[in-house]
Amino acid sequence: VTRTERRLAAANLIVALVALFGGVTTGLFQALGYAGVELYSSLAPVIRSHYHSLSIHGVLNALVWTTFFICGFLPFISSRSLGAPLANPHLGWLAFWLMVGGLALAAVPLVGNAATVMFTFYPPLKAHWAFYIGLTLVVAGTWLVTLNLALTWRAWRARNPGVCTPLPAFMSLVTFVMWTIASLGLAAEMLVLVIPWSLGWLSGTDALLARTLFWFTGHPIVYFWLLPAYISWYTLVPRQAGGKLFSDPMARTSFILFLVLSTPIGIHHQYADPGIHQGWKLLHALLTFAVFFPSLLTFFNVVASLETGARARGGRGWVAWFRALPWSDPSLAAQVLAMVLFAFGGIGGLVNASFNVNLVVHNTAYIVGHLHLTVGTAVTLTFMGITYWLVPHLAGRPLWSPGLALGQVWLWFAGMMIFSPTLHELGLRGMPRRTMISQVSYMQPEWQALLPLVGIGGFLLFASAGLYFLNVALTMVASDRTPQPAVEFAETLSGADQAPVFLDRWRPWLALAAILIAVAYGPTLVRLAITTPLTTPGFRVW
Amino acid sequence: VYLWELAWILPSFAIPVGMLAALAVTAFGAGINVAGDQGRIDPRKVAEHPLFKEPGVVEIAPGQFEVRMTAQIWAFAPNEIRVPAGSTVHFWATSKDVVHGLLVPRHNINVMLLPGQIAHAQARFDTPGEYPIICHEYCGIAHHTMAGKIIVEAKR
Repeated sequence: VTRTERRLAAANLIVALVALFGGVTTGLFQALGYAGVELYSSLAPVIRSHYHSLSIHGVLNALVWTTFFICGFLPFISSRSLGAPLANPHLGWLAFWLMVGGLALAAVPLVGNAATVMFTFYPPLKAHWAFYIGLTLVVAGTWLVTLNLALTWRAWRARNPGVCTPLPAFMSLVTFVMWTIASLGLAAEMLVLVIPWSLGWLSGTDALLARTLFWFTGHPIVYFWLLPAYISWYTLVPRQAGGKLFSDPMARTSFILFLVLSTPIGIHHQYADPGIHQGWKLLHALLTFAVFFPSLLTFFNVVASLETGARARGGRGWVAWFRALPWSDPSLAAQVLAMVLFAFGGIGGLVNASFNVNLVVHNTAYIVGHLHLTVGTAVTLTFMGITYWLVPHLAGRPLWSPGLALGQVWLWFAGMMIFSPTLHELGLRGMPRRTMISQVSYMQPEWQALLPLVGIGGFLLFASAGLYFLNVALTMVASDRTPQPAVEFAETLSGADQAPVFLDRWRPWLALAAILIAVAYGPTLVRLAITTPLTTPGFRVW
Repeated sequence: VYLWELAWILPSFAIPVGMLAALAVTAFGAGINVAGDQGRIDPRKVAEHPLFKEPGVVEIAPGQFEVRMTAQIWAFAPNEIRVPAGSTVHFWATSKDVVHGLLVPRHNINVMLLPGQIAHAQARFDTPGEYPIICHEYCGIAHHTMAGKIIVEAKR
């Protein structure tokens, strides 16, 4: 790994952390609002409304923090595992500056209350064109990262014919290839429908067509967030736990299944949408359940790997070994706690995906509870855990306080244990999401008793994030310069030499992915594209 | 494949397959279904459509009520629905402007109201009482004020 990869990783990380700071701050306003403490009158003119704050919260946390972290972390990991620098450093910096430029362009209307349309920006709510063009440029930047990773892998392959691709590089490339395929839906929505309409070149748009293209990308984007966390769990955490990865071939199998199955399942977000026949919705339910399988493979493989570490450290018993993990390491503690909460996130996700059971939870606070376990903990707490070794390594300064970091990690876990179950329960009691609940005319007594807990949980999460930023900032300014090692990749019990050759091939899996997408999405997209008049006018109603 | 690997793999298949079977039974046996395709409508000409000329409640058969409902920022029309206990209520609804939602908690009424699409949902109301009708999709600055109610009256 050369200086370029380290600097690229650091640059992406800085943007990601700034975004997370904005995201958790607006998150605090949301959580306090649920508890009846509305701060917006004192936040004007910076934050104009609950919905302005919520739009910023979603865009910064779900889109910016995740994407920039991933674009910093995976090329770094990939390059380390191949033992080769990125194929084209200029391309790396071009991707970064394209993404930063796009982000800046989108940020102007977002912060200026001209894009208060949530991170899902469903037309015919009509934001300023700069918001859409900016986000599209960020996506275009991620495609350049894919290109760079692919070129790097090809150059490595030419030097190493017949050698199985090292697992971290393989997984990183799968993640970006999956994302690039998945992002075509969003790109089509932006380029064909939304951008021409926001610029006034098209007089109208269509809600259903836009939503269908959006969710083509909108479900697999959660795997784009999640797979980098899995990469850490598979290839780094076993070493941090003092053990070995249980099975390299099984890890490859699960990632190939994610490559194939992530995209043709997006309509499970549209069970409640009129205009799509139930049969297609049922097919997407079926394929969503198929993703359950690689998720369980991951669960089994990662937990078995943790167990090898705990047993090597003297752990005993069927479950008691769990206590023998090196819990004093904040990086490991963060990621294991993220896994624990993700188990509940996965189970809740199955509920959401369960066709008519979704009637009970769709667009309720249950979904908010769910996504704070997945992207808000499995991904975010894992990424925080990664930064506890990555920031010291990149900065060449030891972590300012491992003890504070450990406290931060447990505080996040505690806050989420209050925040998320409460929102799940409120959703089951019929409370809608994305709504200024303190001001509704239909407040239900059975909601009121629980609402303060959302505020308390959210406050603990914000406090935890505050300790996190404090520790990272003090590491940068107050720690002495001493080179810090990066975490080494885990060895394996069953290694790449056991992996069948077909697991290291691309064409058959890409072909299978294309076929499944064509079957699951083709008829619906073609029908909508042919029969939909683009006549729905836009509205700016915030 | 070892026995204990099989002990993991078989439930990994059996659990989702069993859950899917249960879903199919409730959806097609018990008739608890999600929104389907009810056709398009021009969102600029909702008032000219036969279903939505006069939004309101119509008794289409004994114990069967049809609600013809339009949604626009930030109101449902009609916003108050009265039916006797034991009625089945069929909602036909659409949006005149942005995306709205139609949620009646605990009654399996949960459907998006998209401009350009006709939405349908139905449920039985057995217990007398007042139930909120909630717009559950962000639809602008006063989204939280968009609501209505269903009043289920005891049978005389």
